Amino acid sequence: MQGSKAELRWWSYLITAVVIFGIWHLVAVILDSIALPTPVTVFFAFIAGLKGDLISHLLISTLRIVYGIALAFSLAVPIGLASHETRVDKFVAPFIYLLYPIPHIVLLPVIILLFGIGDLSKIILIAMIVFFQILVTTRDASRNISENYIYPMLSLGASRREIYKHVILPACIPKILTAMRISVGTAIAVLFFVESFATYRGLGYLIMDAWSRANYPDLYAAMVTMALLGFGIYVLLDQVEKRVCRWVYV
Amino acid sequence: MIEAKSIAKTYPDGTGALHDVTFDIRAGESCAVIGPSGCGKTTLLLIFSGILKPTEGKALIEGEDVTASLKELALIFQDYGLFPWKTVYENASLGLELRGFGKRERKRIVSSLLKDLDLQGFEKYYPKQLSGGMQQRVAFARALALNPKIMLMDEPLSSLDALTRENLQNFLLQLWRQKRITMLLVTHSIEEAVFLGRKVIVLSPRPGTVIKSVDNPDMGDLNYRTREVFFDKCREVRQSLDGGAI
Repeated sequence: MQGSKAELRWWSYLITAVVIFGIWHLVAVILDSIALPTPVTVFFAFIAGLKGDLISHLLISTLRIVYGIALAFSLAVPIGLASHETRVDKFVAPFIYLLYPIPHIVLLPVIILLFGIGDLSKIILIAMIVFFQILVTTRDASRNISENYIYPMLSLGASRREIYKHVILPACIPKILTAMRISVGTAIAVLFFVESFATYRGLGYLIMDAWSRANYPDLYAAMVTMALLGFGIYVLLDQVEKRVCRWVYV
Repeated sequence: MIEAKSIAKTYPDGTGALHDVTFDIRAGESCAVIGPSGCGKTTLLLIFSGILKPTEGKALIEGEDVTASLKELALIFQDYGLFPWKTVYENASLGLELRGFGKRERKRIVSSLLKDLDLQGFEKYYPKQLSGGMQQRVAFARALALNPKIMLMDEPLSSLDALTRENLQNFLLQLWRQKRITMLLVTHSIEEAVFLGRKVIVLSPRPGTVIKSVDNPDMGDLNYRTREVFFDKCREVRQSLDGGAI
């Protein structure tokens, strides 16, 4: 049963992909502009890129984004979970309220002045933006845990640490993973922004470079690779969620 | 022995939940507390489990002031108190795990309990895959795994359909007869209170206070429901509830 269901989903994804590429092809043929090559042209540019240095650019972009998300995750989740305690939340909530709505991307010059123009600045900017998305969600989740889950633990004589282990963490994990999946889109956007200058490595650089050379097949190949990067991380997180949160899907 | 000595509870927002509640339950006795909804019944149980502190008065178990959750006491909740992210087995063995029992011993105790409760084969299921009656049986398994001397139950059967409910009432009665666990059952069903309570305590609307304590010496028999004395007792309890002007 499970197998046939999964197969069915694979087919639906495949059909959707074919439809998307079909529309792209159709529009490219109708417009007949060098600015919009057909998917086939881009595919060949992509294959040529794989033989060239596309992989190494993809790798460096992957590292930047994975480090950024990992850094954000390791800071935001503990703070968000600890916000379950009203004492902690009293400090955290005002900070979130004041700092979250600010567009953090404008802090780029400050971050570069402080951390240089290397990978560290890029990772920190990605981490900073994703941090708030994960923190806000984790905090809301941990604040909204019903007392009906806490009382049974107290009646069984659980310590605070045990309540976190058995209730607060598992109750928040689905929300945390959803927040991370959503933040992948943001992280990729920030990645493009930080890679579009002062670097000669990464997919963002590749896009800007191909654009300035007016090499449109290369431009699209780099864009497709960036899309695949986002898609890959998204699928990975989705699989982690299905595995870790089996109880949500039964 | 469970004693309530003029317990009063007022919440910080000014809501008076309980007022001057006094009663006692002898060891091995079964007592049902009945009253209109919102009369502070749940508050009373949370006080005896050491989760809430009374504003006035004392909650005593074996003559000792209740300050923290006691090892020999188990609490059963209306919404079963199970964790949706834990399987049946993990839920049932949680109490043992928290008390530091080893893996093998947990398995031995929980497996035999799940068998007794007709839950064998469902160890790896999650609560939401089970019916309400089965979920509440898992909650009973978790409580009984700790071999409690006292069981406090907060409307444990009120979300179940009539048939399942009677089955579990029978189960509780047999449990009480076999193990002589001291039971304090909060309910808003008159029939349930009379079927399961050797003593039935009637509370007034909020802030709850004891209107009447009805002795129910004939309970203890599975056929009690069909006997004339049962109906007489139900009538007596209903009249004292009406006297409290609900």
